[in-house]
Amino acid sequence: MNWLGLVFIFLFAVLLLGLGAASRRAKRELREIPAFTRLAGGIGAAVESGRRLHLSLGHGGMLGQPGASTLMGLTILQRIARTASISDVPPIATSGESVQAILSQDVFQAVYQAIGAETQFDPHSGQLTGLSPFSYAAGALPVVYDQQVSVNVLTGSFGSEAALIADAAERTGSMTLAGSENLTAQAVFYACTEEPLIGEELYAAGAYLQAGAMHSASLMTQDIFRWLLIVAILAGAAARLVGVW
Amino acid sequence: MKTNLRVPFLAAISMLSGLVVLVGYFVTLPGLSDLRGLFLDWAVILTAVAAIVGVANLAKVHWRKVRTGQPGAVFSLTTLTSLVLTILVVIFLGGATSAWSLWLFNYALVPVEASLLAVLSVTLIYAFARMINRRLTIFNLIFAGTALFILITAFAWSGFDVFGLRDIRSWVMQVWAAAGARGILLGVALGAIATGLRVLIGSDRPYSG
Repeated sequence: MNWLGLVFIFLFAVLLLGLGAASRRAKRELREIPAFTRLAGGIGAAVESGRRLHLSLGHGGMLGQPGASTLMGLTILQRIARTASISDVPPIATSGESVQAILSQDVFQAVYQAIGAETQFDPHSGQLTGLSPFSYAAGALPVVYDQQVSVNVLTGSFGSEAALIADAAERTGSMTLAGSENLTAQAVFYACTEEPLIGEELYAAGAYLQAGAMHSASLMTQDIFRWLLIVAILAGAAARLVGVW
Repeated sequence: MKTNLRVPFLAAISMLSGLVVLVGYFVTLPGLSDLRGLFLDWAVILTAVAAIVGVANLAKVHWRKVRTGQPGAVFSLTTLTSLVLTILVVIFLGGATSAWSLWLFNYALVPVEASLLAVLSVTLIYAFARMINRRLTIFNLIFAGTALFILITAFAWSGFDVFGLRDIRSWVMQVWAAAGARGILLGVALGAIATGLRVLIGSDRPYSG
């Protein structure tokens, strides 16, 4: 039994719930991440100019380690779809994994239902473009090139093939925001895009896109546990240095 | 605004199954482990069914492109033809591991993916140059300098080690790069825990509602 892991998760959950309740009462100032500031402006400009928003969810799926970044991508999709639902040109989501594609369609449908515009829902707005990393990237390229996209958001699990999508987005002159849990993809995004999200910045998206108090609470909880980990690492290194451990 | 009555029901299923899988990962109890295994089996089966639905969606999207004559309709027709051909080969010529299926895999799919890999290497070099051109900051210079240093020292001739470059390369990779990567991964892990817990407590719902 791994009680330490379970206790860690339990404490994380308790703190998250407590801070979630506190966040509903008091709003917290967030440090500026230029990518999210530009995204908000980019969405507004796209809606005004009648151009499309494209969200690429990667190919990680829901099972295993990449699942969290996929979930984050779906949260961002929900926020973008809500904001852009008044546009003449609905947003489009591409995926490299079937469950993600189905969930992206579900998100679109839920958003249109919530605003009472179910007839506007188009099942083709959530597309599976390929089932292997490269076929997925190749399938997403026509969306970037041909669908008059002005903002590309790449959030989810990617590998080096993400460079093909990011490069296409840069060539069309559209704004690109990109983040992944994968280290290779993060390095690729740093080189290829103007607005890369490094490390945990991807998981902060919900708080910056005002997805709810729990997202702000998540950021605070992560900060607290990050400091605890830093202290633990330093204490461990010091103990090792003096020969105690 | 409509109220979806399915939402509490779906949230309850999501929270319960998530909790069983999470607790089952940390605690070994006979009944709990079996239930966790059963849920994971269901997840795998559902993923397989979703793959079929996804392929149908892919075919539908490309068929619409062909029908309406959208840009790239020829490529969509090629995709559809390849899809139908592959399905026919798998069904009528001995299954997914038959010689014909493997021929398609080895002589059609692998070369296409390999050529995309070649395009990728050129794309990355181009992106690298564009990054330097776009924003010349101290961090970009460190990023570019480190990448170039690691690449150049990786191709050093055997037995030829100028100024102990290989040792410096190992030191950069095993100390600085590994430490940075671990720092990033710790942040990612905390973010992943927070995201998963939000789904478990029903705050985030990546399904209708």
